[in-house]
Amino acid sequence: MSTNDQPAAPAKPVLAQPAAPGKPAAPSDQTAIIAKRWRAKRGSLIMALHEVQETYGYVPRDVALKLAPQIGVPVARIYEVLTFYNYFKTSAPGKFVVSVCTGTACHLKGSGDILANFSAQLGCKEGESTTDKLWHLQGVRCIGCCGIAPAVIVNGKVFGKLKPADVGDVIDKVLTADAAAAKV
Amino acid sequence: MKPEEITIKAQARAAEQQAYAFRLFCCDSTGCISSGAISIQDALNEELAAAGAAEKVEVVPTGCMGLCSLGPLIRVSRQGTSEDVLFKEVTVDSARTLIKDYIAPQLNGGVPELGELAKFILPLDIPFFKKQIKIVLANAGLVDPERLDDYLARDGYVAASKVLTSMSPDQVLAEIRDSGLRGRGGAGFPTATKWGIARNAVGDNKIIICNGDEGDPGAYMDRCVLESDPHAVIEGMMIGAFAMGANQGIFYIRAEYPLAVERVEKAIKDARKAGLLGKAILGTSFNFDCEIRLGAGAFVCGEETALIASIEGKRGTPRPRPPFPAIKGLWNQPTCINNVETLANIARIIIKGGKWYASMGTEKSKGTKVFALTGKLKNSGLVEVPMGMTLREVVFDVGGGSGSGTPIKAIQTGGPSGGLIPAEHFDTPISYEHLQQLGSIMGSGGLIVMDEDDSVVDIARFYLDFTVDESCGKCAPCRIGGKQLLLLLDKIREGKGSEADVTMIKRVALAMQKGSLCGLGQTAPNPVLSGLRYFREEFDERLNCKDGAKGGCSCGHDSPCKAN
Ligand SMILES: Cc1cc2nc3c(=O)[nH]c(=O)nc-3n(C[C@H](O)[C@H](O)[C@H](O)COP(=O)(O)O)c2cc1C
Ligand code: FES
Ligand code: FES
Repeated sequence: MSTNDQPAAPAKPVLAQPAAPGKPAAPSDQTAIIAKRWRAKRGSLIMALHEVQETYGYVPRDVALKLAPQIGVPVARIYEVLTFYNYFKTSAPGKFVVSVCTGTACHLKGSGDILANFSAQLGCKEGESTTDKLWHLQGVRCIGCCGIAPAVIVNGKVFGKLKPADVGDVIDKVLTADAAAAKV
Repeated sequence: MKPEEITIKAQARAAEQQAYAFRLFCCDSTGCISSGAISIQDALNEELAAAGAAEKVEVVPTGCMGLCSLGPLIRVSRQGTSEDVLFKEVTVDSARTLIKDYIAPQLNGGVPELGELAKFILPLDIPFFKKQIKIVLANAGLVDPERLDDYLARDGYVAASKVLTSMSPDQVLAEIRDSGLRGRGGAGFPTATKWGIARNAVGDNKIIICNGDEGDPGAYMDRCVLESDPHAVIEGMMIGAFAMGANQGIFYIRAEYPLAVERVEKAIKDARKAGLLGKAILGTSFNFDCEIRLGAGAFVCGEETALIASIEGKRGTPRPRPPFPAIKGLWNQPTCINNVETLANIARIIIKGGKWYASMGTEKSKGTKVFALTGKLKNSGLVEVPMGMTLREVVFDVGGGSGSGTPIKAIQTGGPSGGLIPAEHFDTPISYEHLQQLGSIMGSGGLIVMDEDDSVVDIARFYLDFTVDESCGKCAPCRIGGKQLLLLLDKIREGKGSEADVTMIKRVALAMQKGSLCGLGQTAPNPVLSGLRYFREEFDERLNCKDGAKGGCSCGHDSPCKAN
């Protein structure tokens, strides 16, 4: 396994980075701010939804309902879009989102076994969360790290060149890093 | 900014670079970051400070150096010598040693001590590097993608300045036509022709879109270009916009690529601040600006009309063409969609001339192509090779051959839309036409190598499962046909198939190819068909595997029939 002990990579969270789940919900006027930012721009529903998901970790129903009139898009359109794109989540994921790449390069290098090991060790199926809502396990299509396949991302941090036996190690590392961050 | 200021800034930065005794280029792209690149850079900076050498040595965070499987990589460049030294698989400890035993002694006029470091050196004269020609990736690994002046120091925005101040749109089109450049997004449509159509189209607000959706799973060329050299893509876009008379540019980038998004965002802001984007660029009457729109995880959104729907804030479903986007696209305006790599070629072509570009490649496929080499290879990574190079050279020389020791049996180009090419055809030169003749396509540049341990039936199923999952569901041939193909293939995999099922696969495939609305459905059967064409025996094994439930067949694969 090639990895390290530094915090999440990339270092700065950007537009598309899901927020660290578990952090306190954003203030209620957040929806208004997002709506205001994107309302004037044509066709920016998807950008607004990205921002919602970045804020809450998913797109909560009440936020979608509130966003609709403010951004001038029917609720049905919002759900039409939400359900089409794989990236959007409509229910809260776990605190740690484990995305196992199941793209071609990773598939050939055994991502199936890695996914299976995560599933066994976390005790939840692909696409589901653990009962304590701490972990969410998902398969994703290529995260662009094919050169270091097989690859896994946990909350933005990439782990590359994994072997199935490394899975326990990754889980430990994530927990250790989280405990260290909580202390600070 | 005035055109002269580009030169002044470029020279200033070049002088600054030359004043350093050493420059340490540290790969700061996603692959190497995941293996610790950031803590390594911190360690380098710490050691340099401790040695009092921070002023003499520059640590440059760069884009991808290509050999991601051996990262983190550091390229040590000593001023006044042309021989750089590349270190692979660097750790925090070896990074510290690098400063203490290798750099510091040289700064003090002494002799460097390689010692343990010797085993981290990766010779730069290995075929992986020597056989490449870098045009698109010329700056990747040599500039800090977050510094505009680094780009300027390497002839950045010189082409844009030349175009805006001394060329007419027709001259730009002529230069690109001479180059023979064809779209790198997959289909290989001549770029000059596409721009010409957009130029002649009627509309007040023409738009140029950079397609950074990169949906092919197992390919990451565009990600690396955007992360390593974002200004080159902006510059290419600006030149295209000038040629067709567009004032607005949009980057459509996958949300799964946060670092690429961040760097493009910074590059746009920096260019705007320097007056390279916005109104009256470089003191001319040309206005152009660009912005970013994110994808949201839908492969079909790489298709032009679906991409447009997505930017308009809708579900990403394609629509019939014509009208083509170049006539009626985003917001019904003439819209030109180009791939990231296509755009990254433009500035270089303007500077060096279309004829220079056309001197590389085959009769109909000019220049270079970037490939993401992955799978069962020794050297996995990103490479740029001239068109016309044989597949064998790419797989065995550049890629270093099998990484597992098991013989290589085939490659797949073009991802889910492409096909398998068996080892006996490896002497084929890389060109749009040659790959098509073999039943595959050039595609966007994913090149996946399979060895004898990999099952062709499994790979075919893998891709089909992907396209069925990603089908937008709008047209029946793709939605229903794909699902039926998958069921038939599963039947065969499980040892329950018959010859009639193979015939049915071919019939359904034909219906999908002829009847699907967009390229996704039209090409989805390719992996299965090419599997049947070249590796029929692997399908036959499953067909004859009537004893599957007892694990009785000899196919040697971990097939589902053996699970019970
Ligand atoms: C299903 C499907 C997916 C595609 N995905 C991409 C992609 O990820 N990136 C890309 O540049 N082109 C993709 N294309 C091709 C584009 O539709 C388009 O041809 C291309 O972006 C044009 O740019 P070019 O002329 O510079 O190649 C895809 C096409 C289809 C049918
Ligand atoms: S296939 Fe896994 S990162 Fe690309
Ligand atoms: S990410 Fe460092 S070499 Fe590719």
